[in-house]
Formats: sequence, structure tokens, C-alpha cells
Amino acid sequence: MDMRVHDRRRFLALTAAASATPLLSACGTGFGGDESTKGGGSAANDVTGSFDWKKAKGKTVKALLNKHPYTDALIADLKSFTAKTGIKVEYDVFPEDNYFDKLTVDLSSGRASYDIFMLGAYMVWQYGPPGWLEDLGPWMSNSSATGGEWDQGDFFPNLLQADQWSLKAGAPLGQGGQYALPWGWETNVVAYNTEVFKKLGLKPAETFDELREISGAIKRKAPGAGYDGMYGVAVRGSRSWATIHPGFMTMYSRYGLKDFTVDGGKITPAMNSPEAIAFTQDWAEMIKKGGPPSWTSYTWYQCSSDLGAKKAGMLFDADTAAYFQAVKGASPASGKIAFHPGPKGPDGSLATNMWIWSLGMNAKSKNKHAAWLFLQWATGKEHLRKAAIEGNHIDPVRKSVSQDAAYKDKMKDLEGFIETFETVVDQTKIQFTPQEQFFDATTSWAASLQEIYGGKSAKSVLNGLANDLAPKVG
Amino acid sequence: MYTSLKETDHGAASHEGGGPPARAVPRWRRSLRPYLLIVPALLLTGGILYPFGLGLFYTFFDFAASKPQPDMVGLENYRRIFTETSFWNSAWVTVLYAVGAAAVETVLGVGVALLLHRSTLVGRVLEKILILPLMIAPVIAAIMWKLMLQPSVGVINYLLKPFGLGGVQWTDTPAGALLSSIAVDVWVYTPFVAILALAGLRSLPVSPFEAAAVDGAGWWFTFRRLTLPMLWPYVLVAVIFRFMDSLKVFDIIYALTEGGPGDSTVVLQIRAYLEAIRFQRYSFGISYMIVLWAVVYLVTMVLVRYLGKIQNRAAEVPK
Repeated sequence: MDMRVHDRRRFLALTAAASATPLLSACGTGFGGDESTKGGGSAANDVTGSFDWKKAKGKTVKALLNKHPYTDALIADLKSFTAKTGIKVEYDVFPEDNYFDKLTVDLSSGRASYDIFMLGAYMVWQYGPPGWLEDLGPWMSNSSATGGEWDQGDFFPNLLQADQWSLKAGAPLGQGGQYALPWGWETNVVAYNTEVFKKLGLKPAETFDELREISGAIKRKAPGAGYDGMYGVAVRGSRSWATIHPGFMTMYSRYGLKDFTVDGGKITPAMNSPEAIAFTQDWAEMIKKGGPPSWTSYTWYQCSSDLGAKKAGMLFDADTAAYFQAVKGASPASGKIAFHPGPKGPDGSLATNMWIWSLGMNAKSKNKHAAWLFLQWATGKEHLRKAAIEGNHIDPVRKSVSQDAAYKDKMKDLEGFIETFETVVDQTKIQFTPQEQFFDATTSWAASLQEIYGGKSAKSVLNGLANDLAPKVG
Repeated sequence: MYTSLKETDHGAASHEGGGPPARAVPRWRRSLRPYLLIVPALLLTGGILYPFGLGLFYTFFDFAASKPQPDMVGLENYRRIFTETSFWNSAWVTVLYAVGAAAVETVLGVGVALLLHRSTLVGRVLEKILILPLMIAPVIAAIMWKLMLQPSVGVINYLLKPFGLGGVQWTDTPAGALLSSIAVDVWVYTPFVAILALAGLRSLPVSPFEAAAVDGAGWWFTFRRLTLPMLWPYVLVAVIFRFMDSLKVFDIIYALTEGGPGDSTVVLQIRAYLEAIRFQRYSFGISYMIVLWAVVYLVTMVLVRYLGKIQNRAAEVPK
């Protein structure tokens, strides 16, 4: 009997030990991290000989894509890629609300379930430091892997630089590895309903004061002029990082304001400077007096559709958000939407923040050569020209496409589009300070904006935000 | 009996029956049998405890996407959590939400069950309809309500317009956002409480109610002194489930308000999700979940003990 008890105890002890072994070993293996990919040279060096589109024939590239008109144009042209290279493309498309969670979880798992994916330049700051993104620099500079017609110099330089970073928090963009390639982008401008402006005798705002005034005037007067329920200006307001980067950050930058200051590598929050507090207070006032009802839930989808549905007199957001409503037959307001660079800063600045849909490669991909050929094709002149002219892939990342006669001809009916694009293109860049806590900082910033909109003091809310962020980013 | 059992164990019974001689089960196999029998239970327990233990283990490190080779930091993550004002805000919002939702659902659920207990045709039809919200995923329900609560195009404000209440910004204020979230929770889960309460009502003994009727007891007296005490164990089961679920709410609030405006509806689950998934501070996010687990565990333990006492007391009522 005693022996049996002894056996049971031993059995349970052994079972417990066996269960605990992997748990304890998790510590030693660096939490499932894969050391094999670190410190090695680029796989681009394995590609030698003359460049040939067919070198990876028979391979399959797996892509993760966000649901977007740019994606639609890409998918519509995939047969051309397969015909040119013999490479098959399999893809999954997710809506934007879930897309980045899906991508983040997938990349952090260390699997190579997707070889290439869409990402914004801001995501480089999050995905780059853990080593999830392939540095495309060696691929771009290897003439065996990259065809001469790809023409790196044809990209708008600010766009290429936006995806280039040294992975050091606070360090400027345009230095270090090329962690993604610009594929489609958006500049943030004001789009307005010409019909309403004409009826109310308004002109596009040249200053922020004018923008606030016009927003309030539209909300007050438009319903009486036959536009029931119309408000002044559509801007994003959901509790998300995406609320900060379009109109808000553009106007903030035109006022010469900074999110953080960097001094000797130390990052300090600057959104509570007296000037930033005053600006933020004014922005919240503008929304209260001329913004959308239920602003705190507003994403670009609502802003865009309100402009199209004649619910908003203006939109201060991505030019593409207005474009998708402005094209013929797309919405009740199509044909009546015009574009304007938006208010200038006090010194006449048209500094503009941007969003870039980029394409990146998974550092864990087992299929890098084929993936690179795909990236090269998707960001190449031939596909991008076709996507811009036949699809809705507007705001070209390549100078040659933006100057193409067929492209200009296609856009000519959209009042002010080309002029606005050409006015702001050189002054549009990432206005944020690159750092890994970007998403935390901007999500908290959006929450602060909501609190100020709700009536709290801008000074105390922004001081609280700065105090909260200082230890995280410093 | 003892002998027969012993013989069967050794195969002796088969000999007596004239059949082919059964092979004696070797001693080592008989010794091993109890251990084999507990293997499924061990696997199940391991399957539950291993991920939990691993999660707990990670909370003692500063594991994040930016630091895939983390250092051990001991209880630092917990110290940070308890010293952050955002945690206490989230804890307060979580408690408000859970208490509010569970309380309203209980009162409404029991009320609906009492109405449906009278087996009329309308009651039977309503009973079928009652279960519909439970068949809808909470996140879908939240999106549906988000559209209905939309101030300018939502149907709720449209219906309220004749009463001069057409411009309510339902989710734009902290109180409005929290109340709207609770309202969606109530819409989805009140039927759950009602169904449990209805099942309880139908299983109650008839004789005490007949006796009360003979004695001329009124409806309120009967409800207070008979129905409610006997029904209470069933209601408490519903309360435990709803309270536990409400403490862990994510989908309804995230789909409706994303935690806003400001931090007014950032419950602990949303805070943990943001930390672990959005901001990729894995250890810190898991630490939030462990704290939430501890709270849910303690609250549930207290409620379950109370349920036991109530059940014992209720069992004595019909005597």
C-alpha cells in the first residue's frame, strides 16, 4: 500500500516536471524568438547573373491586403504579373478595421504565412525594430534582382524616404534601411461642395480662422438653404491613432507645431506647449460649432460618405477620401466636389502630413526572390500607370505617372485636383517623430482630443497626456 | 459477493461457465490502470493550466515586440499597473458596467419571465421571439445599435423627434457612451436571464402557491414570500454568469465606442487588448488580464458560496 502511494507521488511529480520543462525553457529560448534570421546577410545577395523576370517561375507568393480601391486595381492586374513572371499570387483581403490587427498578430508570431503585405509608413516604426520587415535596400541595389526599368529615381523622393529609417527612436526618416516601398499615397487637403459654397457665397478658407468660421457658417446656414442636416467640416474623431494623422496633424504642422522634440536622443512630448494647447482648443471648438454629430465615432469612411451624401460642406482629410465620392456617379455630390490645398499656417506654410500605402516583405519569408519580383512589379511604372488610368489608384507615387497625359486627362474634370496635388506634393511628408510608441501616443492623443471636445480644459488634458507619454517615449 | 468479484478479476468465473479460459490480467497492467484513467483528466487540466501558467510567467518579464529578448522584472508590471491612474479608471468603468448591466438584466429578465409564465398565446409567441437577441453575435448587435443611435440618421432619434428629443448625441458624452453600452448589453442578454428564470418558475412546486391562494394571499405577498425565495437560486446562477461576462466585456464596448470618448469606456479588457495587441507590450497586456482574472475569480467565488447557501435555504421552503 505504501509502495502504491509512493508510486503515485512519483508519477505526479514526473508529470509535473514534464509539464514545467517547456515553461521554463521558454525563458531560455527568448520567448519563441527566432535567432536564425538575425545577423545574417541579405537574401538579395543570393541572386546573381543577369536580371530576368522569369527567374522565380513556378513559385507562389502569398499576399495580405487591405480592402481598398488601390487593392482592387492591383487584383485586377494580377494576371499581367503572372504572365510576366510565371509566379502565382494568392491573397487574402481584410477590411481596414481588422487588417492591422491581423497583420500584427501574423508578423509577431514569426511565421511566414504571408510573403508580402500592405502597410503604412508609420507601421515601419512598429514592425521594423523587432526585425519583422525585410530591408529592401540590398534588393534595390542588386542589378541581378532589379530590372533597370524599375527606375528608383522616378519615385517622389519624400515618399521613398518615408519608408526608410535607421530603427532608432527619434532619428529622422530617409536614413537606414528601406523597410517598405511606396505604392499609393494620400495627401491631406480640403475638399468642398461647390454647390453649397456658391449658394452661401463662400470661398475656400485660406487661414485656419477662416476655416473655423466657414464651418460654423455652413452648419448654421446650409439647412435653411435646402441642405437639411448639413454641417460644416468632416474630420475624423474616433478614439484611434487614425484621427490624428490627416486634417489635425496637417493643420498642426502648418502652425509649426511638433508632436515631440528630440534633443540628444531624448524624446520629449510637445503637444502641451502653449501654442499646441491653443491650437488644439481651437480645433475642438471648430468641431463643436461646425463638425459632424457623433464626431467621436467618425472614421474616414463616415467623413468621406458625408461629403458624398451632401451631409458635409467640406472634408479636411485625404484627397482620395473625397476623390472616391467625386468621381462620376459615385455619390449624390459627384460633379460638385472641388479640391483646395486647405488653410495655410500663420507664415504661409502648406506643410502637409501624409499617409502612404506601402508594400513590405516579411523578413521570415521563404520565398523572398519571388516576393521581391512582385514588389518590383507592383511598384513599377507599367502597373502603376495602368492602375491610375484604368483603376482608382490615384495620387501616383511616381513622377512619370503624375505627369502622364492620360492620367491628367482622367483627372481634369475634378475641379482643383491636379492643381492641389501639384501645390502640396513637395511639402507633404511624415510630420510625426518616428518612434516605436507612435500608436500608443496617437491613440492617447485622440482620446485627449475627445475629452477636450467634451468640455475638459485643453491645458490640463494635454499636460496629463504629456506626463503620461514622457516615460514611455523617453 | 466478495469472492465472486475476486474470481472474476482473475478470470476464474469463465472457467466455471465452461467457456474458453480467459487470460489473467497481468499485475503490472492492473497497477497501471488507475494511472491511465486519470490521463484524460491530467491532459485537460494541463491544457487549461499550461497556457495560464505561461501567461502568468510572462508577466514577470518586460516582453514586448520592441524587446523580444526580455529581462526579468519581477512584479514591476503589476506595480506599474496599480500606480497608473488609467488602471483605476478602467477598473471603475468595468465595475460600473458589470454592476449596471447585471442588475438591469436581472430585474428585467425576472420581470419578463413572470409575464411569460402565464401560458397565453401571446406569451408563447413572445417566448420564441425572446431568444432572438441571443442568436446575434454581440459585436454585430453593437454595430446594429451604433447605427440606430447615430444622431442624424439613426432611427432612435427619429422616433424621439416628435417628443423634442431628436438631437441626442448618444455616445458622444462619457455618461451617454457608458449607458448606451449597458443598454446594448441589456438588449442582448436580458433574454438569457429571462429564459433561466422562466425555467426556474416552471420547476417550482405548485402546492405552496395553491395553499397561499386558499389562504387568500395577494400577488405581491406570494411573489415576495414564495416565488422570489424559491426562484432566487436560479436567478443567482444567471447573475453569476452575467456578472462574470460583464466584467470581461470587450466586443460590445469596442464596437460601439472603441473605449471613448476619452477613456470613459475603456474597460480592463480593452486596456489589455490595446496594450498586448495594438501597442505590442505583451507582458504588460497579460498582466492586465491576470489582474482581471483575479478580480473575476474572487467575485465569482463569493457569489458561488452565496449561491450554495441560498440553494440550501430554498430546498427547505417547500417543506
